[in-house]
Amino acid sequence: MTGHAERAAEFVENEARLHWHDQAVWFVRNKRDIARSFVPEWEELRTLGSQIKAHTLSRLPAYLEQFERNARAAGAQVHWARDAEEHNRIVHGILERRSVTRLVKSKSMLTEECHLNEYLEKNGVEVVDTDLGERIVQFRREPPSHIVMPAIHLKKEEIGELFHEKLGTPAGLADPKALTEAARQHLREKFLGAQAGLTGVNFAIASTGGVVVCTNEGNADLGTSLPPIHIACMGVEKLVPSPRELAVFLRLLARSATGQPITTYTSHFHGPRSGAEMHVVIVDHGRSRILAREEYRNSLKCIRCAACMNTCPVYRRSGGHSYGVTVPGPIGSILAPHIDAKKHAGLPFASSLCGSCTDVCPVRIDLHHQLLTWRGELASRGLVPLGKRVVSRVGGWVLARTWAYRLFGKLARLFAPLLPNPWTRQRELPPMPRESFRAQWRKRGRAR
Amino acid sequence: MDAALFVPCYVDQIYPSVGLATADLLERLGVTVHFPEAQTCCGQPMANSGFFDDARPLAEKMLEVFAPYEHVVCPSGSCTSMVRNHYGMLLPRDPRVAALGAKTRELCEFLHDVLQVKPRGRFPHKVGLHQSCHGLRELRLGSGSERLVPAFSKTQALLENIEGLQLTELSRNDECCGFGGTFAVSEEAVSCAMGRDRIADHERAGSEIIAGADVSCLMHLDGLLRREKKPIRVLHVAELLEEATR
Repeated sequence: MTGHAERAAEFVENEARLHWHDQAVWFVRNKRDIARSFVPEWEELRTLGSQIKAHTLSRLPAYLEQFERNARAAGAQVHWARDAEEHNRIVHGILERRSVTRLVKSKSMLTEECHLNEYLEKNGVEVVDTDLGERIVQFRREPPSHIVMPAIHLKKEEIGELFHEKLGTPAGLADPKALTEAARQHLREKFLGAQAGLTGVNFAIASTGGVVVCTNEGNADLGTSLPPIHIACMGVEKLVPSPRELAVFLRLLARSATGQPITTYTSHFHGPRSGAEMHVVIVDHGRSRILAREEYRNSLKCIRCAACMNTCPVYRRSGGHSYGVTVPGPIGSILAPHIDAKKHAGLPFASSLCGSCTDVCPVRIDLHHQLLTWRGELASRGLVPLGKRVVSRVGGWVLARTWAYRLFGKLARLFAPLLPNPWTRQRELPPMPRESFRAQWRKRGRAR
Repeated sequence: MDAALFVPCYVDQIYPSVGLATADLLERLGVTVHFPEAQTCCGQPMANSGFFDDARPLAEKMLEVFAPYEHVVCPSGSCTSMVRNHYGMLLPRDPRVAALGAKTRELCEFLHDVLQVKPRGRFPHKVGLHQSCHGLRELRLGSGSERLVPAFSKTQALLENIEGLQLTELSRNDECCGFGGTFAVSEEAVSCAMGRDRIADHERAGSEIIAGADVSCLMHLDGLLRREKKPIRVLHVAELLEEATR
């Protein structure tokens, strides 16, 4: 089975692309640094965001029910889905009742996580992702490689080729402005022909029953204003108590995500517009399992800004697809094992534990500590390769005995340079000294 | 003042010069240095791989070995952080954990916070500072580029009175070098790519020497430098200060 390390090695092989990807994503990290510099109370804001989320999660059932009541009062229909499958069935059911065969979507990582597109397509519904990056990866029939910039792994030339094939743009056209214009014309047709629009949800407000969607392209607004049906899909963790708390997250989100003070569009939906219908689908899909585990609970605070991806030196040099999950990077590596620990056992190890993610996180999730906690859990559940287990056991035995340690150290210094060693494929071993520190210290006669 | 040296296993076995420089430097600053010989390893290699059970006896050994001393000084941010920040996870009910954590300091931290010295000396070289992650983000030896806090660096402060030393300006001040313990081998491709990028940054900045407070990172960078026959050399801050104040 190939894991992150193997896929990352493939990514690294193309050195030019590696540097380009690293720099493109680092550029966004830099923009984030600049944007947050204009908010002197940034660190307090992070603490506040973290505390609000902790509070909300601590009484999530009550807030969810309050939200449901208020959303219904505003005229929306509220549906509950235990998992991805139920979510997909519910969405399809809504569409089927109204004989919808053409759906436009704005960006929703939850529906990616649930593989909604495939499900609906199998059931005869044409699904068009209308976020430019999402449309690009949809054309390529591949998952997004980043949760905020889905096509960040592609160069403009590659998008030009793709659009030439799919949209008939002139061969060799790689001007971003012209390509965007072509996409706009193409999507406009899709918007006009759509019978329903689906959006994700950035925040759901318990006290008003409204949902908030943050985009830069305005596609969520077109997709919900033209067709008569709006379906909003959200994970249970998207709740905030009231508009007062929402303000904190709106200040944190765009600055952390793209370095903008605020997204171009922050759209509030309180019930359907007249003559239309609005559905909110609330999805668990493993989230309550995370909520039940104190050591991982913080990860549910995530507002999906992707700052941890942008800062992660491993993500930038291995690309989103190397993680093999919808949400890649540090946050993805602690969420994925909850869904399938065996399948994603390699992800918590796809990190140097540098801790940069923890320090950029706008809601102070202890990301690198959770990665370490996962390593411990995976090891104790026997989901770490046997070889590693043996090395650790033997190493632990030797190191616990000073005499064995001294003997082993001496042997290692003598024989390490002669033995095959994965370290030396790309690196030299350090020159081995004849004597250890302790031997030299003793010789100096300073030991006590 | 008396202090016990906590010499990480790989420093003891592979980089004895760093241990000796640490001892010499401390003695020059008036500290009586002890080296408890029963010490071996803090357990970080096992713990970071998830094998907490294998690391636990090593943590217990550390607690025992260093119990008699008032100060424990270690020339590694990563191993210091293991003792201070992660032993609680391994031994949640052992009261000795907090005591050892409170008196264990990374070398630069000890010089800066406890001895409160800024060594005077001479070191006429262009030096690039490598800020190792655990020292930076788990011990807060510096402010770090992620947080919006007043900028500071304890390591850099220690170099202020070293005549002739010129710190180079890097484009990424505190990006990880990619060592990461077993990560260096299990994710070799990314690890080495990260290391090469750090080196390239130092080359552009004109560093003759990459100095840092963790030899593990330096071993990784040095391995790449020597394989590619690049003229930059690496030096632990202890060695640099020892040489500069000789």
